[in-house]
Amino acid sequence: MTDANYKTLKFKPGAAVDPARAMRRGAWAVAEYRLFTMSKWMGAIISFGLGNPIIYLVSIGLGIGALVDANTGGQGIDGVSYIQFVAPALLATAAINALQDEVTFPTLQGFVWDKMFYAMNNTPINSRQIANGVMITAAIRGVFTVIIYELVLLVFEAIPLSSALPLFVSSMVAALAFGAAMLAVTVRIENDDALFAIIGRFVIAPMFLFSGTFYPLDQMPIYLQWIGWISPMWHSTQLGRFLSYGMPLEIWQVLMHAGFLVAVYAVGMLMAYPKFESRLQR
Amino acid sequence: MTSDMIVAKNLTKTYADFVAVDGIDFTVKQGESFGLLGPNGAGKSTTMKMISSVSKRSSGELTILGKDPDKFGPEIRAHLGVVPQKDMLDRELKSWENLYTYGRYFGLSRKFLKPKVEELLAFAQLEDKRNEKVEDLSGGMQRRLAIARGLVNEPEMLLLDEPTTGLDPQARHILWDRLFRLKEQGVTLVITTHYMDEAEQLCDRLIVMDKGKIMAEGSPADLIKKYSSKEVVEVRFGADRNAQFADALKKLGDRIEVLPDRILVYTAHGEATLEKLVAEGMNPITSLVRRSSLEDVFLRLTGRTLVD
Repeated sequence: MTDANYKTLKFKPGAAVDPARAMRRGAWAVAEYRLFTMSKWMGAIISFGLGNPIIYLVSIGLGIGALVDANTGGQGIDGVSYIQFVAPALLATAAINALQDEVTFPTLQGFVWDKMFYAMNNTPINSRQIANGVMITAAIRGVFTVIIYELVLLVFEAIPLSSALPLFVSSMVAALAFGAAMLAVTVRIENDDALFAIIGRFVIAPMFLFSGTFYPLDQMPIYLQWIGWISPMWHSTQLGRFLSYGMPLEIWQVLMHAGFLVAVYAVGMLMAYPKFESRLQR
Repeated sequence: MTSDMIVAKNLTKTYADFVAVDGIDFTVKQGESFGLLGPNGAGKSTTMKMISSVSKRSSGELTILGKDPDKFGPEIRAHLGVVPQKDMLDRELKSWENLYTYGRYFGLSRKFLKPKVEELLAFAQLEDKRNEKVEDLSGGMQRRLAIARGLVNEPEMLLLDEPTTGLDPQARHILWDRLFRLKEQGVTLVITTHYMDEAEQLCDRLIVMDKGKIMAEGSPADLIKKYSSKEVVEVRFGADRNAQFADALKKLGDRIEVLPDRILVYTAHGEATLEKLVAEGMNPITSLVRRSSLEDVFLRLTGRTLVD
């Protein structure tokens, strides 16, 4: 190779970067990078975001919903249509799935596949900012997913407009809690083994089925109800039902549901941070 | 602020079951090209991670760009360029996107980065690979991209961990040329390598490391002068006959090293020694006269070769 077309690189070493600025916006820089990467498969994100609610709406709204509503003499559950009853759970599930995707795979990529987190950590960005950046991106994906879902529900008149904001809040709180817990789990995975498949089958699926999603949790035998009690899904769904159509709940119950989700989020992040730090030290 | 870029005193890193870096002292001055030479497992990469201000030292003192990395890691890293041993590029992103996104980690503006990215692609001779994904680039191109990425923040000091390991000879020479040009511009370089020719080409001064300790320090020429003779005669008599000539060869040179496949005779005048050897009736299967290198220094210091 000749150097006839070699271009000199000229710079004054150390003049370009303002460390304070870099340190201030570290988490956002990580999020920006993740969004940049995500934009490569925007088509898949949009079609999944749209396809998922439409499938559920048709099968549950038109199928099970019609059956339930007919058998309750048009009363539905809690005095609302069946689709209104399950909407908080469907939205929470969609949001949880979105955050789960954006928390698990990027973290494995960052630590195991192409080790990008180590490259990031060679810049002013610290371990906590990397963890936060991953969560910010996941939250943005969750917001995007929930908004699409709600638009579909609104277009099909499955929920009233007044439910949109309450359901947005309840589903995002659940997704953030679950996302933080998954972040704490994923950062402890050394290799991409079958763990995600196991989590999908033995955590997410039971959580979806046993969290009072399709019928009130107290219809379950008591020895199965505990699955709902420890599941962010149930707490979020109860909150969503309370906020969106005023399902009767005591104030302490509302606080307990919200408090549980906030606590899971906090514990998840607090367990993720030190492991991010120690793993990047290697 | 001094012109010392790195000051390490009794620098130590221990892991649960072993000591990776065992109380080393060295200083790197501004504009210098400094090397850490040693075999795999000598503690070079561990030292490099501590210099990069990502891995905390276990004990001793370390000052990078005048600051303590335990307290000012991010501030120091803002002015370092790091080229890791494994490139750690995003394989899904295009060449220019890798440079751009990395620049954003330093808080650099889009306005600054737009021309900077093109400039770096030109420096790495990757202009025509600008829009190719990293996974479609050759190993040499990926390494050049990683070096370009390490320069995006216009660093005071560039740290390169085994920059040419796994590259073919041509790709290595292109890289050396690029690094040499950076050095000419006054960028401080710190390079770990287990290739003695790389250390001789690029380093003004180096430390030879083995088992976490510094065995010797100096310029390549000084080290060779101090620990080796001017020239070396390499002779082979066949694996089972090498040992029987050892005693006779000892008398001909200053010193000899008996390796499994050959004997090295250290001497000031290689050709003369070889003639004498043949005159004495020793007829090696092959013979070679060469100048002493850092490889010989390492062999002298540790009794082992650098690349096993």
